[in-house]
Amino acid sequence: MNIHEYQGKDILRKYGVNVPNGYVAYTVDEAVEAAKKLGSDVTVVKAQIHAGGRGKAGGVKIAKNLNDVRTYANEILGKTLVTHQTGPEGKEVKRLLIEEGCDIKKEYYVGVVLDRATSRVVMMASEEGGTEIEEVAAATPEKIFKEVIDPVVGLSGYQARRLAFNINIPDELIGKAVKFMTSLYNAFVDKDCSIAEINPLVTTGDGEVLALDSKLNFDDNALFRQKDVVDLRDLDEEDEKEIEASKYDLSYIPLDGNIGCMVNGAGLAMSTMDIIKHYGGDPANFLDVGGGATAEKVTAAFKIILSDAHVKGIFVNIFGGIMKCDVIAEGVVEATKQVGLEIPLVVRLEGTNVSKGKQILEESGLNITSANSMADGAEKIVSMVK
Amino acid sequence: MSVYINKDTKVIVQGITGGTAKFHTKQMLDYGTKIVGGVTPKKGGTEVEGVPVFNTVQDAIDETGATASVIYVPAPFAADAILEAVDAELDLVICITEHIPVMDMVKVKRYMEGKKTRLVGPNCPGVITADESKIGIMPGYIHKKGHIGVVSRSGTLTYEAVHQLSEEGYGQSTAVGIGGDPVNGTNFIDVLDAFNQDPETYAVIMIGEIGGTAEEEAAEWVKANMKKPVVGFIGGATAPPGKRMGHAGAIISGGKGTADEKIRIMTECGIKVAETPSVMGETMIKALEENGIKEKCKTH
Repeated sequence: MNIHEYQGKDILRKYGVNVPNGYVAYTVDEAVEAAKKLGSDVTVVKAQIHAGGRGKAGGVKIAKNLNDVRTYANEILGKTLVTHQTGPEGKEVKRLLIEEGCDIKKEYYVGVVLDRATSRVVMMASEEGGTEIEEVAAATPEKIFKEVIDPVVGLSGYQARRLAFNINIPDELIGKAVKFMTSLYNAFVDKDCSIAEINPLVTTGDGEVLALDSKLNFDDNALFRQKDVVDLRDLDEEDEKEIEASKYDLSYIPLDGNIGCMVNGAGLAMSTMDIIKHYGGDPANFLDVGGGATAEKVTAAFKIILSDAHVKGIFVNIFGGIMKCDVIAEGVVEATKQVGLEIPLVVRLEGTNVSKGKQILEESGLNITSANSMADGAEKIVSMVK
Repeated sequence: MSVYINKDTKVIVQGITGGTAKFHTKQMLDYGTKIVGGVTPKKGGTEVEGVPVFNTVQDAIDETGATASVIYVPAPFAADAILEAVDAELDLVICITEHIPVMDMVKVKRYMEGKKTRLVGPNCPGVITADESKIGIMPGYIHKKGHIGVVSRSGTLTYEAVHQLSEEGYGQSTAVGIGGDPVNGTNFIDVLDAFNQDPETYAVIMIGEIGGTAEEEAAEWVKANMKKPVVGFIGGATAPPGKRMGHAGAIISGGKGTADEKIRIMTECGIKVAETPSVMGETMIKALEENGIKEKCKTH
């Protein structure tokens, strides 16, 4: 799960990470009020959307007075920002972060992620702040330093110091940098983050170490114990069909094609997309109904696929293990009864309770084309949609 | 012979009183798996499918002599169930549960350092040695006894591969699902190594997917150590970058973990990679033929 920059900074502040003062604003008047409360010489007006690259797209402005704040807030609120992370359709700005400006001396990068190779959390730091870490990794990998963290002891002082020295934080600020990094790690672990990225981390003219930006992502599997994080969810930032899918614990990702897919298992779901492409078709979505799906969940999945106007045909590819074929069949029959079905449907069933499943589909009297294998099914749906 | 499990493996089911666990306990018993007990706290003294239930893993081991467990415990409590099994010094723990928080698994991995237990999973279909023992959730009927080792990050893709092999007449020695999570107990190399040493396994199919670099590392290991032919497949060639495809592990980020890169390195390391998921079986047969062991591997 993703949250906004200002929400991330609120969380970090609670853990003792130094962040600039700031307030969220939903309207121009609120923005001006916030700037008044801050009372700083310079105020930053920042668009809040779930995507990076906001500065380049005109979503971040420096205001020297309250009039500037009003002008910029007016300009950015309601504007659709197109960045390299939003896709061509862009994202509409509905919230602003009004933040006090600071005298930046130098920009750095600090990030915390899971390292799969060691099965541990890693803190990365670099002197090349402000640019994307992937670019730094490609161009000058020697400028990225890493510390692998033992979950029993956490980020040790010496590790944080080593990072700070490696990225050339001035000696007099090492203590503050260590506190910053330790607090960031604690927030990461305590809030079940999947990514905590500060880019840039800055040192300022008045001797502070500050998080100028924050990007926190959370482990979806841990949200059951992070209720306050769940409350920060902004549905405006999500695809409607994805929201509907998440209600039923379905893993759904919309794509550009016209063949709707319903599959069990992530690996098989990805491979089903691959094989549709192989036969010259284009998948409309990734959809994994998961292991313990009920007929109700399958019905919901089917409705979500059908709600996509681009979908011209559906391929259901099930290899039942924990998922039972009869449950899938019941769900498909129920959904088509509820919403009707005017487009071709190809179903391939195999695995646990397969004969029961096939029987349910046959007895339903629905116009369903059955397939003997995933290749057969993919070939059939591609030719029916063309 | 086989790897990890055989007809004599005594298994307990952790979380046996849950709905899914009950269903699969019956399936496993029907298959012939030696399920000797179950564990659910506060349900000790009861029975599920005729199997005695205990309050703790240690009680279950003391009473039954089990050496392996399979975990169906819900995600919030699954890490604790793994720790309990490791602490009781079981040889093998297979965790089926999906959606375990990754920080829980980081701690579990750390706790397991230096311990004797092998963990398979989490978020995996389990392990099956055809006609001997099925520990997990895979449909038993598709598996035939034979000589192809199967190792996979994806449950349903494993079934797909096994089904294709069985249909063509090539049985399997053992099929191991290592799971789709970024932090797991057993990795490709562990299983490849076991297959390399197993005299009944003549060839191996390794099924990976986008995300991480486990397939690349395994490919390098195969090149340096493997004495048997290895065939591969990578799911997710058409997945868009930055989108997490269901499995927490399946994401292309920062240009890493793409299918193209994995396929390139696997091919360089001498692994024949199936072009589509529907030709995994065919690709294996071609490799067997090239290595002159096609007849030897044909089982039915």
